[in-house]
Amino acid sequence: MKLAYYPGCSLKGTAREYDLSTRLVARHLGLELVEIPDWNCCGATAAHSTSHFLAVALPARVLALAEDMGLDILSPCAACYQRLRAAQEELKRDPELKRQVEGALGRTFEGRVRVFSLLEALAQLGEEALAAQVVRPLKGMQVACYYGCLLVRPPLTSCDDPEQPQLMEKILAPTKVDTLDWGGKNECCGASLIFGAREVALNLIKNILHAAAQVRAHALVTACPLCHANLDLRQKEVNRFFGTNFAIPVFYLSQLLGIAMGLNPRDLGLGSHFVDPQRALRMVGS
Amino acid sequence: MNENFWSEVNRAAGQKITHCYQCGKCTAGCPVAFAMDYKPHQILRLLQLGRGEELLSSRALWVCSSCQTCTTRCPCHIDLARLIDTLRFFSRQAFPQVTRHGMPLFNEVFLRSVKRYGRVYELGLTLQFNLKERKVWRDLDLGHFMLSRRKLRLLPEPVENRKEVAQIFSAEKEEPR
Amino acid sequence: MPRVGVFVCWCGSNIGGVLDCPALARAAATFPGVVYATDYQYMCSDPGQKLIAEAIKEHRLDRVVVAACSPRLHEDTFREVLARAGLNPYLLEMTNLREHCSWVHAGEKELAQAKALSLIRRAVAKALRLTPLHPGRVKITRRCLVIGGGIAGIQAALDVADAGIEVVLVEREPSLGGKMVLLDKTFPTLDCSACISTPKMAAVAKHPLIRLYTYAEVEKVEGSLGNYRVTIRQKARYVDHTKCTGCGTCWEKCPVKVPDELNFRLSTRPAIYLPFPQAVPSKPVIDARHCRQLTKGKCGVCQKVCPAGAIDYTQQDSLHEEEVGAIIVATGFDLFPWEKAYGEYGYGRYPDVITGLAFERLVNASGPTGGRIVRPSDGREPRTVVFVHCVGSRDELKGREYCSRICCMYTAKHAHQVKERLPEAKVYVFYIDIRTFGKGYEEFYRRVQDEGVIYLRGRVSKIYQEGDKLIVKGADTLLGEPVTIAADLVVLATGVVPARGAEELARTLGISTDKDGFFQEAHPKLRPVETHTAGIFLAGACQGPKDIPDTVSQASAAAAKAVGLLLREEIEVSPLVAWVNQALCTGCLHCQVVCPYQAIEVVTEGGRRRARVKEELCQGCGSCTVACRPGAMELKGFSNEQILAEVEALCR
Repeated sequence: MKLAYYPGCSLKGTAREYDLSTRLVARHLGLELVEIPDWNCCGATAAHSTSHFLAVALPARVLALAEDMGLDILSPCAACYQRLRAAQEELKRDPELKRQVEGALGRTFEGRVRVFSLLEALAQLGEEALAAQVVRPLKGMQVACYYGCLLVRPPLTSCDDPEQPQLMEKILAPTKVDTLDWGGKNECCGASLIFGAREVALNLIKNILHAAAQVRAHALVTACPLCHANLDLRQKEVNRFFGTNFAIPVFYLSQLLGIAMGLNPRDLGLGSHFVDPQRALRMVGS
Repeated sequence: MNENFWSEVNRAAGQKITHCYQCGKCTAGCPVAFAMDYKPHQILRLLQLGRGEELLSSRALWVCSSCQTCTTRCPCHIDLARLIDTLRFFSRQAFPQVTRHGMPLFNEVFLRSVKRYGRVYELGLTLQFNLKERKVWRDLDLGHFMLSRRKLRLLPEPVENRKEVAQIFSAEKEEPR
Repeated sequence: MPRVGVFVCWCGSNIGGVLDCPALARAAATFPGVVYATDYQYMCSDPGQKLIAEAIKEHRLDRVVVAACSPRLHEDTFREVLARAGLNPYLLEMTNLREHCSWVHAGEKELAQAKALSLIRRAVAKALRLTPLHPGRVKITRRCLVIGGGIAGIQAALDVADAGIEVVLVEREPSLGGKMVLLDKTFPTLDCSACISTPKMAAVAKHPLIRLYTYAEVEKVEGSLGNYRVTIRQKARYVDHTKCTGCGTCWEKCPVKVPDELNFRLSTRPAIYLPFPQAVPSKPVIDARHCRQLTKGKCGVCQKVCPAGAIDYTQQDSLHEEEVGAIIVATGFDLFPWEKAYGEYGYGRYPDVITGLAFERLVNASGPTGGRIVRPSDGREPRTVVFVHCVGSRDELKGREYCSRICCMYTAKHAHQVKERLPEAKVYVFYIDIRTFGKGYEEFYRRVQDEGVIYLRGRVSKIYQEGDKLIVKGADTLLGEPVTIAADLVVLATGVVPARGAEELARTLGISTDKDGFFQEAHPKLRPVETHTAGIFLAGACQGPKDIPDTVSQASAAAAKAVGLLLREEIEVSPLVAWVNQALCTGCLHCQVVCPYQAIEVVTEGGRRRARVKEELCQGCGSCTVACRPGAMELKGFSNEQILAEVEALCR
């Protein structure tokens, strides 16, 4: 399978390891990724909080570029994924807006490009294809799959059941990792509130870490750069702020899968985590 | 504020505000309700009553994390997350000073980065935001860690076709949709 | 030339508030054939009727047009006026200025006025071509079918039978009783549900005029008002009830254990079973899906132990025909299938999140725990119980738009029962609005609050398991705060939906359903127990969510209606039926193919095949007139000539 790859801004910076691990895992699974040439930012929350037009027009350019390539899009970043999907739906729903956007871009949309999250792309490969690549089962490791908001909400753009998502669990099943049943999987991490309303975001991050600790998770698994940044980079700050002592490493789905596939942890970008994942990895002899 | 406000917001967001019967499921599921001055169901109530002034100066608009939980579960098909986006627009119009700090400022700095480079220049964005908030030293340790792990780039990586991005921004009308 | 009178009704402000009725009358007076036209505030009232009758005499009218509301509401009223004035009642033509004009065009008065005039012109054009018609008469079968053996069906069957009319009662499940017999106590009086319903079940079984079919379904209904032929499928019980004594040896020895559907999987039952000890009939059936003998051919224990030799593994479904004159539908309700809709409450994955009906079984002395309130997961008594209102009700997104009516009260009763059995327990009820519409209900709700039950106004957004607690995230909208409660047991007040199969039964019976799938009553206020199909009546929750008092009242009302009909020797049948112009009929019998009532027969005269209408079966639907290519088929009162004249008048 060949997909147009839309890394988005985060994967070029803060979430560099998500980019590395996604590309590496994809290659080993026979997923050919072709980066969309000259892609732009989706606008994220800033755009939809500011202008509906920007919120649709910015992702629309990315959709148009992929249409030129004739490929469906893989968008590993949950925020980009949701913005692309939302833009698709709006262009479909509102012909007047579509006309305006086409006018501004000097491009037209046929609307035939599909947008996949990493979850969908991996799940489509099927359990067998994934199982065939697993060489280092993660038996004994307990993880809490954390979906956050953007992959599953609103229902219109959701890539899984909005309330009880299961795709990550399905994808990780062949790795023999123990996926926990917990109540925090679709709670919000606060996303960019960490910049503009820090205490609020710290509260949300703490709640998720607390819920994961309650079920004795050895690690969290995510497929969103914003969630990762908040849960990993801000864990120390949460501990400082609330007097807690969480030390829960946060893996990207692609990283954990990569480990089970026997890929080099360094190549998967595991060295750039704030909360050291080594302890969790040693448990499974990685 | 007047009756127009009510219909204006309603139209802009394409919502049936009268449909809300105040069950409070939005507030019950909202992860940030604890930090809001007006809770989500109260936002809708103020809207129903056309009490815009209180609403537009409300801190709640900028505490909302756009997690979409309210929208996902509303038994009356009201897209509250979308309504709040619309209210944010009206809020900036009514009170331009809101963009001087916090989330509105962050959004503005973020979009300025996108407008200029076509992509977000994370380091520049953070520095600029901190500078405007007069908290220059905030997250310094984190910044250092990230730079050392190459999680922050020193220089922006702009898109080539900046003209097209500029077109998007110039086509943006001063009107919510 | 006929002499037509036109009578324009204001219907108070319903029509008069939008249309200028006097102007309509003045304009109508100029139409060809119209010799008199007038308007009046309420044409259906006594003075209004008198006005028409006197005008008929004074102006020697022989055709009458009433421009008012729907003929569905008042056509019969005005036909009687004509009859009283000495005219054939079928020389009336109505036109609907209310539903078809003033109500829908209130915002555009001028256009509405023009449309109203067109409608009257149409009616006059048809009236000019009306001919006198005479209704036929048929004898009726003095027997009544009741479908559904819950409290509604039981009550209706007893009332009809007590009036001396034979009843055929068909129940789908192995026992009578429906939902009521599963309940523990009934609000607000707290009398024992089984104590007041099982004697009625027994009375049905003993009644000499009631023929009872349990474990049976209505498969086919033919005929019409007064004379229905009903085919009933008796499902195989694999137990010969003529031999069985109900001794119980078989169900004690049966080695199979399956979850008991009546106890919502809180307990198990054998494959040969009596649904509950007070079941009527008190004889078992074999659940073929789980019986080892029937699925694998290995076992036969029940047959070996049965002292009466009543077990018959070869039994097949059998079909039975019954003739009846009227039908009462009382098929009740099911719970809204919340497990499919509410992911935020866990889709049914948490064992300690249960429905209100499951709670009834928990608290019921004859239920799986003998009436002890315990958690299904670990059998422990809960210390904190949370009730959640409106699950599937008042929820356009995941459930139904309507209010299920009974949940506020049954939850109040449940909360009371928890407080009664477990006084130390904390009980919270999340509600949106409290609806205590019945006698003594508000008082009961207040009493429950006095007992220490805490009512929180707000909907629950999420329930999830954390350790052995269920975390309930709700809101208190009165304080404007989110609320989180760690509960041991959560009871969902699941809404009411039509019983499974209701849609199919509606098709079998030829009755209509509303937008939510409940059977549609003929008029929401004035004909609440009748359907649009004459001779078929409704009782209980199959018509809409209802509590027990309302259900029983409606069942008695439906019985009274059925008895009123069945006590007549014969009934008039509408003359608005099809007839065949024999000179034009080619005998192609397309009419026979499209007729939904099997009302077309073939006659051969002089070697020529022709269609003939059996008037006693024809319902006047008109399908045949459309299918008839040579135009031989005509519907009386809606002839081709009349309809073309109407179209022409409208197009003018």
